[in-house]
Order: sequence, then structure tokens, then C-alpha cells
Amino acid sequence: MAAGAIDRLIQLFARLPGLGPRSARRAVLYLIKRRESLMLPLAQALSDAAAAMKNCDTCGNVDVSNPCSVCADARRDTSLICVVEDVADLWALERTASFNGQYHVLGGTLSALDGIGPEDLLIAGLVTRAGEEKVTEIILATSATVDGQTTAHYVAERLANCDVKISRLAHGVPVGGELDYLDDGTLSAALKARRVI
Amino acid sequence: MDWTDEGLVLSARRHGENSLIVNLLTREQGRHAGLVRGGSSTRSRGIYQPGNLLRAHWRGRLAEHLGAYTCELLHSHAADYLHEPLPLMALSASTAILDTALPERAPFPGLFEKLETLIGGLGQPGWELQYIRWELDLLSELGFGLDLTECAATGSQENLVYVSPRTGRAVSAEAGKDYHDRLLALPEFLREDRAIDISRTVICDGLALTGYFLGRHVMGDTRHGLPAARERLVESIRGDRSL
Repeated sequence: MAAGAIDRLIQLFARLPGLGPRSARRAVLYLIKRRESLMLPLAQALSDAAAAMKNCDTCGNVDVSNPCSVCADARRDTSLICVVEDVADLWALERTASFNGQYHVLGGTLSALDGIGPEDLLIAGLVTRAGEEKVTEIILATSATVDGQTTAHYVAERLANCDVKISRLAHGVPVGGELDYLDDGTLSAALKARRVI
Repeated sequence: MDWTDEGLVLSARRHGENSLIVNLLTREQGRHAGLVRGGSSTRSRGIYQPGNLLRAHWRGRLAEHLGAYTCELLHSHAADYLHEPLPLMALSASTAILDTALPERAPFPGLFEKLETLIGGLGQPGWELQYIRWELDLLSELGFGLDLTECAATGSQENLVYVSPRTGRAVSAEAGKDYHDRLLALPEFLREDRAIDISRTVICDGLALTGYFLGRHVMGDTRHGLPAARERLVESIRGDRSL
């Protein structure tokens, strides 16, 4: 039976997504067996990341510098701002390497039941950024859920007085998707968002 | 214990990593919660959006247990309105109101039908008036119906233009003249059967009327008052340039 520091480590690992108590024990045992090669470097990396981590004052991204590497990158198109719910969405879009503009992380969505209102999200900062002369388009990349789209409509309403084009991501058939296997909602959204070829 | 029924999704909250606790308004069982295992997975997440119509099978060892749902999507109402701001807000508001206001496991078959009709008709011309009528029906179903048929003071059925915030009864223009500031406006479409022009004022008056009584009678015991989704709907209708 593990005790003390090891037990605490197992409890902390068990809080991570995808890990329960049993898999946390396995992971900790794995680390114990590789103390020098993995456990100590991991502890050092965690400590370094925790000390260096900062929230970007401009876009809300998480990075080791403020402004973040995306905002500080002079090669990026500063006229485009893509609005995302969370840092995970920013990382997902960055993985595609198909967007060269800047981002704005809202920090969540408006929630009808959980009491998350506009003041809890970074909307005021976005409105300020959209008012800058260099910005020409805001892309609303929120989830295709009721809360995600309600947030997108609300943000669009707040940006109505800014002289920028407001667009949103398309909804519809995923790449490799067969119509027969798609749900009604996706098919209906795809039909509504059809375009001329 | 188990049963199968049709239900409209009122809310879905994450439980653990992959599961959801889903609240449905079912035809026979009323508002009923249940655990959906794997409900927040990529494949299932879209099914449990507010307003979606599902066929739900509930199973629990005892009737008073939370139990678990297995659901099949019948119609994705949420997807119909994702691109329409005001109908989407009305969908959010109506489901949030029911999720907060309805007692659990008390059957309201009338409310199920009315919510289904309301959600199915959002976006059609005049849906805003239907939404206000739906809130009036909700008040009636919960035992707080307004009496808009005759004046509370004179008994007259003519020229009814106010509602008393104290009694929820209509008041005629003559009887309410001296109390104008303290009475709620009774919108024309609630007292006339004929078609009227839909204006922002009419809709805002209607929402103020139902909002007042929902806040006082239905949400009075809750901590937060009317759900934020409804407040946002009212704000957006006030600022809507198309009305």
C-alpha cells in the first residue's frame, strides 16, 4: 500500500482527465521505476511550466510570454481575428496551419443555466481590439452548440458598431463523412449552409 | 424500474469525464433527470442540445434513483436555429425557464405539447407573440394564470389596457387612469383576436408582463430570478433593428 508522498502523487494523477485511481497508480509506478530518466525531468518541466506560464493580455492565450507568441509574431495577419472559446480551440486551429491571423480567447461560452454572463468572458477586450483600424474581419469560431452559437450571436451584436466584417465557421458535412451516417442536425445545417459550385 | 417516453432536452450538464446529467421534459413523466453514460463523447454530444426531441428509455433500480437514460434523437430542433439569433435565444430561454421552474417528476402533458409547438414554430412569422402566449400558458399550468377577460375594478370587458401587478387581472383604461405608472401594459394582441402589426413595443410589453409574473410567482423561490437566457432575449429584441 502506497503512503505519504507517493499516495499524494497517485491522488493528484487521478484528478487528470482520462485517469482514474487504478490508471493513476500504474502511471506513478511507471514513473517510480524511471526516477532518473522520467520522474525528475517531468517534475522539473512541471515546475518550470508553472513558473513561466502567463496569460496574454491581448488575446487571453496561455504562453510563457506576454504578449503570447501568436500576438508577437510579426508575420501574422493582424487584420484577421479568430474568436475561440478556449485555448484548446486555439491549439486545434493552429494544428491545421490554415489560419495566419490572430486569435481572441473568450474563456468559455454564455451559459443559460450556469450563470456565465458576458461579464465573465473576455468580450470587452475583443470589442476594443475590433475597434482598431488595422482589424478588418472577425471570425467567430465558437462550437456548433446552442451555447456556442448564442455566444457567437451575442458577440456579433456587440461588434455591430465596429467597422469590421463578421463571419463564422461553416457547419456541415465533415471531411470523409457519409450522408447516410450523419445525424439530422448536421445534415440540416449542411443544407442551410450550401453554396453554389 | 423502467419506462420509455418522448422528451425534449431542457439541459445537459457534464458529469465526470464522459457522462452527462440530462434533464428532459417528457410527455408522461414531466421534468425528469437521468445519467447518460458517454453522453459528452463527440458522437453523442449533438444529441443532448437543448430543445432536441428524443425517444428516451429510463432505467433505475428504484423509482427515486437518478437512473440512466438511453436516448435516440427524433428531431434536432437546436440545429434548425443555430444560425437564427433571436429564435435560438428563445429556444434557450424557454428550456432554461422550464429547467429552473418545473418541479421534478410531476407530469405536465400540456406543457410538453406546448413546448414542442413553440419550438417547432420559432422563426415563423409572429413567433415572438407565440413565445409570449407560451409564457402565459406556463403561468396557467403552474397555477398562476392571469385573468385578462374583464376589468378587475369595474367588470367591464371593453378597453382593457392594463394588468394589475398585484392580482394579475386586467384593468380598463378608465379604471387604471390614476394608477397608470403602477400598472403593467396589456398588449393589444392578448386582448384582440384579430391580426395586429407586430412591433417592438408590443413584444416588449408582452415580455415585461409575463416576465413580471414569472419572476414573482415561478422564480420567486430560486436564487437567481429569471434565467440569464431570457434576459438576453429581451435585450436582443429591444435592440433588434428588424422590428
